[in-house]
Amino acid sequence: MPKREDIKTIMIVGAGPIVIGQACEFDYSGTQACKALKEEGYRVVLVNSNPATIMTDPGFADRTYIEPMTVDAAAAIIEAERPDALLPTMGGQTGLNLAIDLHECGVLEKFGVELIGANIDSIKKAEDRDLFKAAMGNIGLDLPRSGYVGTVEEGRKVVEEIGLPVMIRPSRTLGGSGAGVAKTKEEFEQTMSWALELSPVTEALVEESIEGWKEFELEVMRDRKDNVVIVCSIENLDALGVHTGDSITIAPAQTLTDKEYQIMRDATLAIMREIGVDTGGSNVQFAVHPETGRLVVIEMNPRVSRSSALASKATGFPIAKIAAKLAVGYTLDEIPNDITSETPASFEPTIDYVVTKIPRFTFEKFKEAEDKLTSQMRSVGEVMSIGRTFKESLQKALRSLEIGTAGFEPRRDEDLEPKLVTPNSERLWYVAEAFRRGYSVEKLYALTMIDPWFLENIRQIIAFEKELESSGLLAAIDDATLRRAKAWGFSDKRLSQLLGCDEDDVRARRAAGGIRPVYKTVDTCAAEFEAHTPYLYSTYEDECEANPTDRKKIMILGGGPNRIGQGIEFDYCCVHACFALQEAGYESIMVNCNPETVSTDYDTADRLYFEPLTLEDVLEIVRTERPTGVIVQFGGQTPLKLAKALEAEGVPIIGTPPDAIDRAEDRERFRHVLEKLELKQPPSATAMVVEEAERIAARIGLPVLVRPSYVLGGRAMEIVHHMDHLRDYMERAMASSSEHPVLIDKFLDHAIEVDVDAICDGERVVIGAIMEHIEMAGVHSGDSACSLPPWSLSDEIQDEIRRQTRALALELGVLGLMNVQYAVSDNEVFVIEVNPRASRTVPFVSKAIGVQLAKIAARVMAGESLEQLGYTEEVIPKFISVKEAVFPFIKFPGVDTLLGPEMKSTGEVMGIDTSFGLAFAKAETAAGNPLPASGTVFISVRDADRQELDKIARRFAAAGMDLLGTVGTAEYIRGLGIACDTINKVRDGSPHCVDAIRAGRVAAVINTVGSPESVHESFSIRRAALECGIPYFTTAAAAEAASEGVELLDGSAPGVNALQDLHARNA
Amino acid sequence: MSANGANSLRATLALADGTIFVGEAFGAEGKVAGEVVFNTSMSGYQEILTDPSYEGQLVTMTYPEIGNVGVNAEDVESFKPYVQGFIVKEYWDSPSNWRSQMSLGAYMREHGLVGIQGIDTRALVRRIRDNGAQQAVLATGDVDTDALVAEAAARPSLEGGDLASVVTTQESYRWSSGLWRLGEGFATPTTDGPLVVAFDFGIKLNILRNLADMGCRVVVAPSGTSAADVRTLAPDGLFLSNGPGDPDAVEGAIPVVAELAKEFPTFGICLGHQILALALGAKTYKMKFGHHGANQPVIDVDTGVVEITSQNHGFAVDAETLPEKVRVTRLNLNDQTVEGLEHTEAPVFSVQYHPEASPGPHDANPLFKKFFNLMKTRATGGGENAVAQRSVSGFRAEQG
Repeated sequence: MPKREDIKTIMIVGAGPIVIGQACEFDYSGTQACKALKEEGYRVVLVNSNPATIMTDPGFADRTYIEPMTVDAAAAIIEAERPDALLPTMGGQTGLNLAIDLHECGVLEKFGVELIGANIDSIKKAEDRDLFKAAMGNIGLDLPRSGYVGTVEEGRKVVEEIGLPVMIRPSRTLGGSGAGVAKTKEEFEQTMSWALELSPVTEALVEESIEGWKEFELEVMRDRKDNVVIVCSIENLDALGVHTGDSITIAPAQTLTDKEYQIMRDATLAIMREIGVDTGGSNVQFAVHPETGRLVVIEMNPRVSRSSALASKATGFPIAKIAAKLAVGYTLDEIPNDITSETPASFEPTIDYVVTKIPRFTFEKFKEAEDKLTSQMRSVGEVMSIGRTFKESLQKALRSLEIGTAGFEPRRDEDLEPKLVTPNSERLWYVAEAFRRGYSVEKLYALTMIDPWFLENIRQIIAFEKELESSGLLAAIDDATLRRAKAWGFSDKRLSQLLGCDEDDVRARRAAGGIRPVYKTVDTCAAEFEAHTPYLYSTYEDECEANPTDRKKIMILGGGPNRIGQGIEFDYCCVHACFALQEAGYESIMVNCNPETVSTDYDTADRLYFEPLTLEDVLEIVRTERPTGVIVQFGGQTPLKLAKALEAEGVPIIGTPPDAIDRAEDRERFRHVLEKLELKQPPSATAMVVEEAERIAARIGLPVLVRPSYVLGGRAMEIVHHMDHLRDYMERAMASSSEHPVLIDKFLDHAIEVDVDAICDGERVVIGAIMEHIEMAGVHSGDSACSLPPWSLSDEIQDEIRRQTRALALELGVLGLMNVQYAVSDNEVFVIEVNPRASRTVPFVSKAIGVQLAKIAARVMAGESLEQLGYTEEVIPKFISVKEAVFPFIKFPGVDTLLGPEMKSTGEVMGIDTSFGLAFAKAETAAGNPLPASGTVFISVRDADRQELDKIARRFAAAGMDLLGTVGTAEYIRGLGIACDTINKVRDGSPHCVDAIRAGRVAAVINTVGSPESVHESFSIRRAALECGIPYFTTAAAAEAASEGVELLDGSAPGVNALQDLHARNA
Repeated sequence: MSANGANSLRATLALADGTIFVGEAFGAEGKVAGEVVFNTSMSGYQEILTDPSYEGQLVTMTYPEIGNVGVNAEDVESFKPYVQGFIVKEYWDSPSNWRSQMSLGAYMREHGLVGIQGIDTRALVRRIRDNGAQQAVLATGDVDTDALVAEAAARPSLEGGDLASVVTTQESYRWSSGLWRLGEGFATPTTDGPLVVAFDFGIKLNILRNLADMGCRVVVAPSGTSAADVRTLAPDGLFLSNGPGDPDAVEGAIPVVAELAKEFPTFGICLGHQILALALGAKTYKMKFGHHGANQPVIDVDTGVVEITSQNHGFAVDAETLPEKVRVTRLNLNDQTVEGLEHTEAPVFSVQYHPEASPGPHDANPLFKKFFNLMKTRATGGGENAVAQRSVSGFRAEQG
């Protein structure tokens, strides 16, 4: 049946900022949905607060709103655009929740907006625990047996019925905290009473524990004719107990017979029908008892999910795109399978390879957090890899992670068992190490509950490592053995470690033996039909299906897994480069290993290689494709760090030459550049030992910024105000790595930081934007909010910044994008660093100025001039854009929320309005930190920030808010003639400020700190604000911006603007 | 050396067109020959091995990891394996599944099945896809590859081969075991419903289990059973099973079915569907490489509903040759081939695919109910009591 003609305009809600649990997979799904619906001729209205997304490019929707994902903003957009329908299933839980809220407050009904792709009843049935349980009962499916209890005695009765072990979950605690497993009667008594105590309503759920069971997921689609297909089955390597987002997962399921798999498939179909998902994709999770096969349903998500993105990439079946088409009335049999083109989407993909996903963690960023995996998701990204066997797929995934691992490197811990028993981010390596030390599969199974099938695979890998090691030398390895090692997924680097040689030697040895990978196609059908989309992965077999063309072609190296410091922004740049080069007549080739991204969609680039981004893997693709040029500038550090080695191998890198990159990155060489241009930078030096560091600090003066050389994202960077602290830092740094010097920079206290993005074609430099940071220098640029155009810098300073940027770009010989960070202190401009590549801010800038910087840069790199491309003038927008960072602190108990030189944010939002205050207010709202409109503001600031209090306190007071401060701050505020109540610090005893926050008597928290003691003392204030969901500001600058926002808002909601209208204003 | 550190005996697969694949042997040692086909199911290799429709064939699994779940006594579709040679990317000797009773390799050794692993199975599949199914020889140990190719090339095509008569049961038997259920095993239903005579052209046991599970009394009859012998049993319905080879060549079946389909509600599956079509006057043809997998989309032309089906056939019914009063009810959405037929005036219908699944999705299972509803149980019992009972116990067939 044809698509629906009764609807013309469809609104899509995105997922907002990247947070743990909701990453760029929803940009992938949203972008697919936008494309699919526009293709069908619908007018698409999009709302998403995340400027780094590809979907929010004005070309993907007819009307694009980068506005907070709130009911107010969405209602205003609905009122302005009058959509006929709303598709809520593409924006993760955020999108779904917003749709439910819009329904519940009557907005949808008022404006006659129909929900498509999901209905309220089915969403509720899937998400409400009791309704879901009842629904499963209706179709005869089991859930873990459970009962709610209010006393320990009631708990005992439940245990009598279901037996131990049990999971006890206290009701209504924050983020489900306080849940625990009881394996014995004693543990039960203890956990039960503790849980009841923790629960504010003295209630807990006692549930049959399924920890240690096998976990499976099925990705399923249904159309309105009740056709249902399973797109993919996924088996978790980690047993139940680890969040599926944090689990290593394998597609398809490996350890089920057909009978068992079909039971799961039948159950999934029944669940789709019972929950009533009429059209679209869903995900159902099951647990299977490893010894009896008993199957219980864990949950279902009635929407596109992280797993659907994985399943789409794993099979070549584009779930989001097809879900969007189903939502407008098509049925599966009416939608063609793009890959085969001759067969329809109403089939179940079958794959002839093994897919492994490994999550990427960043525990190193949150030192206070324990590296322990639980049912709370903590990973920030993931990699996927494809191999013809599980071993190959697993080992390719390891090196895709970019955590400095090339395979199963040894672990030195004496006692492995704690790392085996408690799931953690490195458990896989500990499993391998355990095999190295002679553990049996049986023993490891008992310790880890990882299915023996996976364990045996790892055991064989380690046994082979031993065989290789014992042969000693590379020269002693025959071709057949080397070929087998490669087929098992061993990287050249890991082989070089095992054979005591260089990676280059292994590569040369392979070349001599003709041991090269071939490329196979991901085609949804295991080669039953011919594939028309070159979506490829490497393996060591006979037949290569790459069939490279002889067109002029450019290869783009992607950014690899999302992590803090390198996220979706770089995928945005890669995708744009790809589109730009296609427009310029090139064939585009994408290389990436991140399944969440738009770049790894098979219809983004002309050719897609789903491969690790290591030197070895990239060189092999280059050898096969022979591209005209390779772009390393757009994928962040990942490809950039390959630049030199690739060039040395004769790979044609286009854009800024690797030597220019080196001149910008090498401290000494960069110093010469600045001297030549007579530009200033903060005094700095390097130190290898404590005494040297002390001498330097004495010379350049405290405070100083210290960091190890060769780090990313501000890792281990600290600001040091005292010599004691410096000594302590140096000792720690020397202990962890005595080879690399420590970099010591003069820290410009109270300086304003500025980010500049610019494009240079070798002759002309065009400034993309100057962004002024809200937070003072000392906060990592990725964590700082910023304003475009600057909100306080004088025209003279801005012009000086422009001059310096031009000089730097031309001197370095930049071809393409460049980002410069400056610090402005006492009207002097200091260069902090230059990155001759696409920066994190490129998408934000592009949205603000209405120019696709990444596209222009890609064409510059391919040889066109800025003049030819018609981009010769800086665009100064007629409105203010504020970018704000979003943090994952809530997921890491015990972690402070203070900002510093180490980047901690996972994502960003954008607020756009006519004034700085309103734009800031929008950005804060979008970041989940909405400015208060009434109530009490609690203020406790360090002495150095008191001078700012005049403005801040006065504005809050003028907006009719009450002020509450700790002794010193309150007295100071009263001294300004502004009313302010006093409350105890925590150390002064109850009732103190944290009591007030936890009791809900505070509407916002302003807390800045100086000394380490005060940081320690006030930690509970910030944590309380975070956990209670109260907006908080930890720098005076942010507090000042917030006060301006509150003043301008004056209790009203700001208006909404479509990007298309805003950009028209710029023109 | 094999993936599992087992022996590294060589195995060679030689195709009639001269293509050679050299890998490692698993399962039994020796030499087997047959038509090489591929199956795209990701699960259910044990059911595939024991499907009599694979008589005369070597099967390549497109899914690369095979053997993971071992072999158990329940997941069998006949009384012994029929696939002659098994071709996989990586054979897995250490199974992990709570129902596993032995490794696949051990099972294959016990039954004399030759296996080859460690070859580029995708390259083989693409060759079959592009050039069609062809004859091949699979041998272990040191071999003369030229001789193997010559041997493969000399083998006749399956066209014109009556393989149903090879795999069919020698004696009629009764069947009463029902479907397998998790935690319960095979059901033991009360069978006092309609009496079905099932022609065994290579029948899969799950068809019989489905019939028994609904309460049917089932008598399985050899392929060559005469119409008169069927009438003696006084059945309420006639079932025509799946099976291997060319439907046109099945000795005696077509005229018998032509006669009986006029008298009894009739349901045919796979080869049974083709034989029914021939009996009704249509023609069949050999496909390039057929359909072998568990993900084939079939549309019900009346309702527009799509079933995901399990399929295993190399011949198909030519839609152009259908006589009057026979209509197409189902089409394959991938290639528009005929997937289902129905007589417009008689309770006679058939499907090309496998509603009994095993392996594969259960979407088409309601067809058994449809057949059940077409039959009327006669008040007096048929002649089935004279027939011996048969079942499967452990890995062996039992007769009683």
